[in-house]
Amino acid sequence: MLETIGISSVEDLFTQIPEQLRTVTPSPCPDGLSEQELRFRVDALAARDRLPGPRCFLGAGSYRHFVPAAVRALVSRGEFATAYTPYQPEVSQGTLEHIFEFQTCICELTGMDVSNASLYDGASALAEGAFMALRATRSESIVVSAGVHPEHRQVLATYASGPEFAIHELPLDPGPGTTVVPGRAAAAGAAGTPELPPGTGALLVQQPNYLGIIEDLAPLAEAAHAAGALLVVSVNPAPLGLLEAPGALGADIVVGDAQVFGCPPSFGGPSVGFLACRKEHLRQIPGRLVSQTVDEDGRVCYTLTLQAREQHIRRARATSNICSNQALSALAATIHLALLGPKGLQDRAALCLRRAHHLHSRLCALPGVRPLADGPFFNEFGILLPYPAREFRAAMRAHGVDPGVPVERLWRGQTMNERAAQIAETALLVAVTELNPPEALEAYIQAAGAVLGNRPAGWCDDPERVAP
Amino acid sequence: MPAPLEPPIFAHSVSGRGGVDLPPAGVPETDIVDLLPGVALRCSPPTLPSVAESQVVRHYTRLAHLNHCVDTGFYPLGSCTMKYNPKVNDEVAALPGFAYLHPYQPEEDVQGILELIHELERGLLVVTGMHRASLQPAAGAQGELAGILMIKAYHREHGGTARDTVIVPDSAHGTNLASATMGGYNVVEIPSSPRGIVDQETLRAHLSERTAAVMLTNPNTLGLFEEDVLEISRLVHEAGALCYYDGANLNAIMGKARPGDMGMDVMHLNLHKTFSTPHGGGGPGAGPVAVSERLEPYLPLPLVTRSADGTYRLDYDRPRSIGRMKGFYGNIGVLIRAYCYLLSMGAYGLAQASEDAVLNANYLRARLQSLFPLPYDGPSLHEFVLTASEYGSGAAHDIGKRILDFGMHAPTVYFPLIVHEALMIEPTETEDVSTLDRFVEVMKQIQRELTEDPEMVRTAPHTTPVRRPDEARAARQPVLRWSPSSPGVVHSSGSQA
Repeated sequence: MLETIGISSVEDLFTQIPEQLRTVTPSPCPDGLSEQELRFRVDALAARDRLPGPRCFLGAGSYRHFVPAAVRALVSRGEFATAYTPYQPEVSQGTLEHIFEFQTCICELTGMDVSNASLYDGASALAEGAFMALRATRSESIVVSAGVHPEHRQVLATYASGPEFAIHELPLDPGPGTTVVPGRAAAAGAAGTPELPPGTGALLVQQPNYLGIIEDLAPLAEAAHAAGALLVVSVNPAPLGLLEAPGALGADIVVGDAQVFGCPPSFGGPSVGFLACRKEHLRQIPGRLVSQTVDEDGRVCYTLTLQAREQHIRRARATSNICSNQALSALAATIHLALLGPKGLQDRAALCLRRAHHLHSRLCALPGVRPLADGPFFNEFGILLPYPAREFRAAMRAHGVDPGVPVERLWRGQTMNERAAQIAETALLVAVTELNPPEALEAYIQAAGAVLGNRPAGWCDDPERVAP
Repeated sequence: MPAPLEPPIFAHSVSGRGGVDLPPAGVPETDIVDLLPGVALRCSPPTLPSVAESQVVRHYTRLAHLNHCVDTGFYPLGSCTMKYNPKVNDEVAALPGFAYLHPYQPEEDVQGILELIHELERGLLVVTGMHRASLQPAAGAQGELAGILMIKAYHREHGGTARDTVIVPDSAHGTNLASATMGGYNVVEIPSSPRGIVDQETLRAHLSERTAAVMLTNPNTLGLFEEDVLEISRLVHEAGALCYYDGANLNAIMGKARPGDMGMDVMHLNLHKTFSTPHGGGGPGAGPVAVSERLEPYLPLPLVTRSADGTYRLDYDRPRSIGRMKGFYGNIGVLIRAYCYLLSMGAYGLAQASEDAVLNANYLRARLQSLFPLPYDGPSLHEFVLTASEYGSGAAHDIGKRILDFGMHAPTVYFPLIVHEALMIEPTETEDVSTLDRFVEVMKQIQRELTEDPEMVRTAPHTTPVRRPDEARAARQPVLRWSPSSPGVVHSSGSQA
């Protein structure tokens, strides 16, 4: 090869790099490991992690669901895993068709006309949804519900810091725990609510919200539309076999994370963001789109389309900078949805719902435990404890139960809003899925009874202390 | 009309079928309406396929057979670094001790994965010569945006709010411009020199007190090293601006040169290129963003740090951070694979990888440049760009399609934009010389056909599962989701709509 190139050593190929930049291999210099040595090393690392078991009730944006073996068997296939973006459709029909199926699944779940081929995750999809709504309304002002996951709001704020879009917050009604509907006239016994600020282009809400409460979307859509804004709903798709689709309730853009289908939590990623919208906003959509078409022989096939929106064509004027997305995770979600089918989707959601409500009612019957809000919930709910949730968690873990995520954990690295500051210290979010069997619910209740019966110093069961 | 190769999964539906079995709830089967009072419920479930597990497995296995991939053949897609993806890395990423971890488990539960993230960061810093990195960005473009936002935060704190422009060379990846725009900047593209690299005088003429940053890819998208990079970074810093390094082409210089030594302030890496994690048909990837000391305070949070007692923790105490780019900590499953790659290769192995990548590219270049001209003929590193312009408009497209007939993937075509009818070829280090020789034979045959049998090339491909799709129809009348009435869709009965 050297002779063909016309050089005497490989080093000759690097002479264009200025001498003073040439690296001397760092010392001490680790040698590469054999496959077996590698396994010993990383297996030991994995063994140091404690596996969450049936008594783990963590959620708050990443949910533990059972993933059927067929999902992993299929997504592990090299034909899917080791292909690039399907730029050559003639040799990428497998990828293109499963993306087309993913788009269809997302449209069906959300009640929207069009879905893209995936975004990074639910948090960045929310930011993309907000930017898209601002493009569509030619506005620079966002209103976000205080019920949106704190980390997702932080991502939104980070994205918005570039173009310097304004972000206003819409509070939660402490009673039901739902977003205050703007522009409500005063009624008997109730004060009116403020209008959306003038120039609002996007109203962002999460369904269910981060405290687990199911929002009433229709009046929020009305309020957004009355102000000339679009309603962007960030949705957990797991309950969408039971709940009305956001599209049927007036949402203009629906974003979310399909991690609940086919993706183990994997310490937070990869998961799969999605963005769906109404037909009229198609040209504003970020990311890839796959369309059905026909080939030269008239055979039905698939191809990437409307690429003039994307960075590799439109460059500085693209609808987003996204290039790589989460295609393989989207495939996992699609396969899991195909295995579930309409009935499995509903049955799984109903199972999670019933178990969560059972645990909720038993827990709230314990002395000192109160519901965080009284609005309806799906498989995750908040409780208020008589002392800091982190202390309750530590005590429960000693009984072998990880009882949920303290709300204050979600606010690490940012300043809490007023409502969160009132409740966060004693609030705990509890998520229940099919991976928490009835015995685990019983273990939770028994342990909680024991822990709460054994009052630590500083116990305070005066409900006024944490009253909203 | 010929039948579709494999109808979408929806068309396989048979009412009443399903592919999962769920355990009993084991709690009172209360009516859902009673559990969700006042909630708008769905009258009928979404139209998902009703199929058995065996149907699902067959459908997706058949779809898999329609793909070209690294596991089946040569993939010289320039700028995408389609190298072989070792299987052990996938197995490790799927270990329950990693894959089942919940992001909100207490730090004491997750010391293994935190150590892995910390060690991967340290490894990437050794390779890049940078000071600190966040592994949170999900892909290169998100790493770019993080970098741009850090640059903005830096200028905001250093009296640079009037700096509203980012300069990129005209050979840049589209993501550079899109990320700068998304970060709220105006973008100025500057023309490359006749040698295909950044021209110092042109750059100097565009630098001003309005310049926030200059984005560089090095080696650039022509596969050429920016020889004046030290002078460039000096000019940029003198103008009060910062240097961004697009790490898409890092595969050329591992163990040979480091962006940190080039005066770069911030860079991203594409672990799904350089560090051999599979591309997944478009993702997930991972785009860590690494910075010099002066940008360290602005990194996305949290970072993973090692405490004095040897334990690892998530560090959120970073008041000047730009915030967050995504939920949680990054595409962990991808980071695990990259870490395994680093351990397997070691420092010498990485340098060897770059040497072999550059050797393979130069070997192909030497054998192909007599067939198709090389418009910028400076010394190539890991990739090179040929032009097919003498065969007229559309030739690069046609040549790419014809290559598919030989069980190989096409090069990147029509990029970089500064080469007409561009064929951008990156063989990577994981191909042996016999594969490269076979590719040369294919290119020779196609070049012959271009004069002797142009129709063969113009109508290619001929042996792929489908022929050229009607792109215009897809754009004019996009069909973006399945419906029972989609044109040409075959139903489970086999009849056509």
